[in-house]
Amino acid sequence: MGFKLSIKLLSVKLLALAAFTTAAAAQDKTGDIIARGEYLARAGDCTACHTAPEGRLFAGGRAMPTPFGTIYTSNITPDPETGIGKWSADDFYKTMHSGRFPDGGLIYPAMPFASYTKVTRADSDAIFAYLRSIAPVNQKNKPHELRFPYDNRQLILGWRTLFFSEGEFKPDPKKSAEWNRGAYLVEGLGHCGMCHSPINALGGTSQSDAFKGGLIPMQNWYAPSLTSNREAGLGDWSIKDITDLLQTGVSMRGVVYGPMAEVVHNSLQYLNDEDTRAMAVYLKGIAEPSPPPAASSALPTSESSLLISLGKTVYDKNCASCHGTQGEGKPPHWPPLANNQSIEMQSAVNPIRMVLNGGYPPGTKGNPMPYGMPPFAGLLSDNEVAAVVSYIRTAWGNRGTPVSAREANELRSAPLN
Amino acid sequence: MFARYTAPAVAIAAITALATMAVLAATDGATAQTVNQPPDTMAARVEACTPCHGNKGEGTSDVYFPRLAGKPAGYLYNQLLAFRSGRRKYPPMNYLLEFLPDPYLEAMAEYFASEHPPLPQPAPSEVSKDVLAHGELLATSGDAGRNIPACVSCHGPGLTGMQPGIPGLLGLRANYISAQLGGWRYGTRTAKSPDCMQLVAGHLTEADVTAVAAWLATRPAPSNPAPVPKGTYALPFGCGSQPN
Ligand code: HEC
Ligand code: HEC
Ligand code: HEC
Ligand code: HEC
Ligand code: HEC
Repeated sequence: MGFKLSIKLLSVKLLALAAFTTAAAAQDKTGDIIARGEYLARAGDCTACHTAPEGRLFAGGRAMPTPFGTIYTSNITPDPETGIGKWSADDFYKTMHSGRFPDGGLIYPAMPFASYTKVTRADSDAIFAYLRSIAPVNQKNKPHELRFPYDNRQLILGWRTLFFSEGEFKPDPKKSAEWNRGAYLVEGLGHCGMCHSPINALGGTSQSDAFKGGLIPMQNWYAPSLTSNREAGLGDWSIKDITDLLQTGVSMRGVVYGPMAEVVHNSLQYLNDEDTRAMAVYLKGIAEPSPPPAASSALPTSESSLLISLGKTVYDKNCASCHGTQGEGKPPHWPPLANNQSIEMQSAVNPIRMVLNGGYPPGTKGNPMPYGMPPFAGLLSDNEVAAVVSYIRTAWGNRGTPVSAREANELRSAPLN
Repeated sequence: MFARYTAPAVAIAAITALATMAVLAATDGATAQTVNQPPDTMAARVEACTPCHGNKGEGTSDVYFPRLAGKPAGYLYNQLLAFRSGRRKYPPMNYLLEFLPDPYLEAMAEYFASEHPPLPQPAPSEVSKDVLAHGELLATSGDAGRNIPACVSCHGPGLTGMQPGIPGLLGLRANYISAQLGGWRYGTRTAKSPDCMQLVAGHLTEADVTAVAAWLATRPAPSNPAPVPKGTYALPFGCGSQPN
């Protein structure tokens, strides 16, 4: 499919080339900037936050639950009264780069300016040009519903001192251009670190913990470390498996789900092959070799061996038809569970939630009709869920630890949206 | 977390990428043929749905899980869109559908619409004869004094529904039917505007709902349960789900 598409685009490009005139060239330039801005807005996944369900594009109003209350996203359409229609490119750059409103007021870090600060001025201008070209929507911003004292924007100053370092991306001259392009996208527009870093009590991520993984507050999904090969570190993945995962949502090594499915759906599937590859090269590069796991379980051994033998029974009856008796799966569509990092991690939140809630990988250009997994919340008891998750975490050479029925029970009430 | 699928708008095709893509496309093709893959069928793709809805959409023993089989495809598609956006609420399904594109939801709707497992035996009713009689009256004649149109005026004389947007009301259980009517009364279920079912349900009392749901659930399967073609009869008033 991708192949056919690019042939078509290539011929369009050649045709456009043939019809090249000076007048067209001038027009084409603004057109090009807008198209580039749209592409970059995809890479920044602005729509994930700034478009409400069934709402108009970029009109905001989407609720973001946080531990401190609910934040509502802003209208960023070019409407002069309720959107950013009166803003200049300088104003816009100030928001992206410094996390400040045009009048200097402080912006909540729920807007990922701590990552966007790395974006170049030229890219910021292109995004702005694109936002100016979309349909204006007259829709007032909803006031945030934050608890005292978090409703006081001055508190953001403290957060900024701890967690914000302003500055555009600086390429590392010792690395390839490709690596640097990947780093620019991952650290900047991709704002991957917003989820893939441990979230501390203040809701910030500190520089030294960047990409070390963390539980996303309110959503109860664990965003694994992108630097440890025991989590989502991609050190021993092939470049093709990484680009498949990012672009289509499925790969021979594993699939995306939960909040990561949204990232692929709204953003990553639209990136071109060079940029996807650059991200893969960078992600593979930052994975550090990790010390062998100290497999230690909180459960007494006799209890865990009982659990695991029940787990095998549950697995053979409910899971083996798709994931295979040896956890080999039928990848990429039915992911393998043997040697699958996202099951073996210290945190068992994700595999427990997968069993309870099931899921579909995102429908993408490269995988428009994904296969799905049924939710087992209504079919299995807490004990059976714990058993089957313990089994898949320890069978076939997997090096995870058993989980308890209490952990399974707690995640039954995790929010589904 | 609910996002809408938008058509791929980004068109960046670099000439150098072409060669790489050709190679990738070739290897993908080769893998697809040789490696053990799930069946390339809709049945395999909707296995995430069947524990709740039955292998062919015939329903399961859970009284709140509806039958899907044989309902008009347009109706089923409207429901999938509403679940995906969160307008119709059932979190396990809202979650599953969140990132699936329109054409895929359409294919799922068509798959279940084209399955025809037999309708279940009607369950013996737990309500009194009087209540059933009240339900029958509402369904077949309505109550003009209270602005309640007969259910058959839209759902069809045989209650088998009409293509493309009006579902049949047979083969459903009383609990499910009353839960849906309750959903419309309390605003947790809405359909495309004008939402005619909301007008209908808004005029029903709790007792009406119990009665009509109970009567509908006792109806035997008709010899031909298929929805009638579009335009077979005129509706008493407009419904957004049923374009004319
Ligand atoms: C993770 C969610 C999130 C993402 C992704 C995001 N934003 Fe925001 N954005 C917010 C929130 C929340 C606010 C409101 C912050 C406040 O009130 O302090 C905001 C505010 C803004 C504002 C200020 C507008 C105003 O008048 O209040 C602009 C401009 C903006 N975002 C642009 C963007 C662009 C461009 C992108 C993509 C490159 C983007 N945002 C991506 C959450 C997000
Ligand atoms: C909204 C939060 C969020 C953002 C933003 C995010 N991720 Fe994730 N990511 C997750 C969660 C949660 C998981 C675990 C679920 C999974 O494995 O799909 C995950 C998993 C992953 C995995 C492991 C997949 C596997 O199969 O092992 C990779 C690789 C990854 N993310 C890369 C990225 C990159 C690159 C970016 C930035 C472009 C990014 N993520 C942005 C939340 C996020
Ligand atoms: C009908 C086929 C099917 C069945 C049955 C099934 N799964 Fe899955 N499983 C899938 C698919 C498809 C995915 C990818 C889902 C997604 O991306 O949201 C998946 C994903 C997973 C994952 C996440 C894998 C990853 O790459 O991170 C785990 C863990 C898992 N399944 C465990 C189980 C267990 C345990 C059972 C039995 C209780 C089970 N599955 C039954 C099809 C199935
Ligand atoms: C956990 C059980 C469960 C799963 C899994 C599930 N559903 Fe449902 N489905 C329900 C319930 C319960 C309802 C009724 C919800 C309500 O009360 O409105 C429903 C309603 C529906 C309806 C509307 C039926 C009508 O007559 O109005 C459709 C269509 C549907 N589901 C399709 C699907 C598809 C397709 C899938 C798989 C992608 C799926 N469902 C997965 C439980 C489930
Ligand atoms: C004016 C036309 C009209 C009338 C009269 C009407 N309906 Fe409906 N009904 C509809 C439409 C249209 C839908 C589909 C709505 C949607 O797209 O969600 C529907 C859907 C339903 C559903 C949902 C079925 C399912 O599978 O979830 C039930 C239950 C229902 N109607 C019951 C009734 C009852 C009981 C009556 C009589 C008291 C009635 N309707 C009268 C038009 C009508």
